[in-house]
Amino acid sequence: MSAAAVIVTTPLIGAAVLALIPGHRLGARLNIGFSAATLLASLVLFGQEPLSTALFVVDAFNIYLIALTAFVGLTTSVFSAGYIAHEIAVGKLDERKLRFYHAMYQAFMFTMLLALSANNLGVMWVAVEGATLTTVLMVSLYRTAASIEAAWKYFILCGVGIALALFGTILMYMAAQPVMGPGMAAMTWTELMGHVAKISPAILNLAFVFLLIGYGTKVGLAPLHAWLPDAHAEGPTPISAVLSGLLLNVALYAVLRFKMLLAANGQAIAPGPLMIAMGLASLLLAGLMLYRRRDVKRFFAYSSIEHMGIITFAFGMGGPLANFAGLLHMAMHSLTKSAIFYAVGHAVQVTGTQRIERISGLTVSHPVLGWGLLAGVVAIAGLPPFGVFMSEFLLVTSTFAREPLLALPLVLGILVAFGALVLRVQQLCFGAPGTVEGSGVPVASVPVQGTLIPLYAHLALVLVAGVWLPGPLVAWFQTVAALLG
Amino acid sequence: MSDLGYDAAHMLGAVVLLMSFALLYQRRLFSLLNVFTMQALALTATAAWQAYSHGEPHLYITALLTLVLKAILIPVALHRIIVKMKIHRSIEPALGIGLTMVAGVSLVTLSILLVLPVTADATALTRENLALSLSVVLLGLLMMISRRNAVSQVVGFMSIENGLILAAVGVAGMPLVVEMSVAFSVMVAFIIFGIFLFHIRERFDTLDMQKIESFRGESD
Repeated sequence: MSAAAVIVTTPLIGAAVLALIPGHRLGARLNIGFSAATLLASLVLFGQEPLSTALFVVDAFNIYLIALTAFVGLTTSVFSAGYIAHEIAVGKLDERKLRFYHAMYQAFMFTMLLALSANNLGVMWVAVEGATLTTVLMVSLYRTAASIEAAWKYFILCGVGIALALFGTILMYMAAQPVMGPGMAAMTWTELMGHVAKISPAILNLAFVFLLIGYGTKVGLAPLHAWLPDAHAEGPTPISAVLSGLLLNVALYAVLRFKMLLAANGQAIAPGPLMIAMGLASLLLAGLMLYRRRDVKRFFAYSSIEHMGIITFAFGMGGPLANFAGLLHMAMHSLTKSAIFYAVGHAVQVTGTQRIERISGLTVSHPVLGWGLLAGVVAIAGLPPFGVFMSEFLLVTSTFAREPLLALPLVLGILVAFGALVLRVQQLCFGAPGTVEGSGVPVASVPVQGTLIPLYAHLALVLVAGVWLPGPLVAWFQTVAALLG
Repeated sequence: MSDLGYDAAHMLGAVVLLMSFALLYQRRLFSLLNVFTMQALALTATAAWQAYSHGEPHLYITALLTLVLKAILIPVALHRIIVKMKIHRSIEPALGIGLTMVAGVSLVTLSILLVLPVTADATALTRENLALSLSVVLLGLLMMISRRNAVSQVVGFMSIENGLILAAVGVAGMPLVVEMSVAFSVMVAFIIFGIFLFHIRERFDTLDMQKIESFRGESD
């Protein structure tokens, strides 16, 4: 069995096993175990030749996303173990729900990894659709009115998105079928890449519009972003971390695969302007919306929309430099944002509230957590020496060199979001610590449940990437940047 | 392909589209479900006909799935939900019926204008089938926008899905049609299950943004 098959089947087996494990402690440990096994299997990929079978494809583009997904999956499962222990203690969740949660967590990892490694348009679509189902179920885990509301909105909006993506997929097959004949070949990435130059560009264009809007809904691009803040705010925090860190990337990966096809075709429309427009709209809208947020998880969810906007803008600009910046930013945002959600998860548990104005003085009450959160926000705001600064700097300078007029709104958006982040992080991290919501206990006396290792592991990686990028990683990014056109 | 094959496929596709229009002007939930059942039956016939005339036996499975799920199980389930949960049986359109129909006609025109030029080198059946299915998808979207009631939103969602299956069965040799329609059916099943389990009836009657804002604790 190939390594890719192992990567995909491990979480699937995990989901089946965890569905049968009654105790949440054992469940949480097994969840970590299966995630670790998946990560190990994905590291094996790096030692192997690029692979393309009927079902799986592993190339320079997805190999780093697969490893990133498996890594964030593992760290989130570690964070999740501490998180759910607290939720059990305060009675917000029970054993039955946690069994379901753990099974769904592994099922979600399965769909993510399948979507990334599938060599087939249809299989990828089914995987993204499955990811929607599993996350909807996890968002509604608390069964509060607000969480069911959020899950319903997520379901309906992403359901429509996924339907449009399927229409785009059918159109893609329809475009390829006259050239490549009926059958599976016309739905296989590697085969399509070889024949795409002969495919009629007109249907390809139409297909891409549907795919961009369809998968773009899942990326959270404005104006199709409405589901994202609710889903992030109302579900359990580990799920917010994987939604921002993994799901958005995977949806964008799908769009980029199709963009590669268009670039290889040569005669199709340039997808750039569409992606630039959607990217800028998301960036500016989310940047402004940040100022009015009062819920801390919702706040960082809008920040995710902003960053997906930046990434989409980068790929819309195209060219080796901007594509490189986009790929780097995908990885950096994924690591930083999930780290922030780990910190926020702990902060919400010790303070008992998600409202920003009621959380304060974290660096005083819980120094390790507070400074970790501060470092994460500094990183996501794009300050040196973190990796996000590198990718944003690269993007802004390359845009200024090529299209100065487009660089202006880009810089404006980044600055607007920067202002909001600085404003809110002061409130969260400094000042006098308050009391736990609903009781007079000082926040400082409540210990942080679980370990902070995942938070600091992510921050360390982002810091290292900001200072020094390993050679092979740069080489991969350059190869993929060239393929993306 | 023989003229009869072409004409039959064309007519069945047109019936599916016609039912989409009929869905747009229903004022009662039960009649909405009946029209939806008829659309599902027309789709079943289309899939079966394509399976027969193109000799693609896997499309019989699609036809069977459509028949059992969309024409029988889902309408029955929704019928029971409406009765049990005492949902208002009349539909309040967010957009007037006349306006909706005008919008519907322009969407169909749009999809024909969009599809026919770009598919100049495809066969006539494929082109027209694509135009029909894109129209069904767009009309389903229109229905989801123009109806406040959640049951009719679900029906709108399923009619989008019908449009997709119509497109998929119309392209020669499309693989994975069965798998994708199964995946979609699971999704629809979850939606209906969700309505029933969570009793989100309030959700059905209001898509009022102000209420949602207060839910989020962000209105103050």
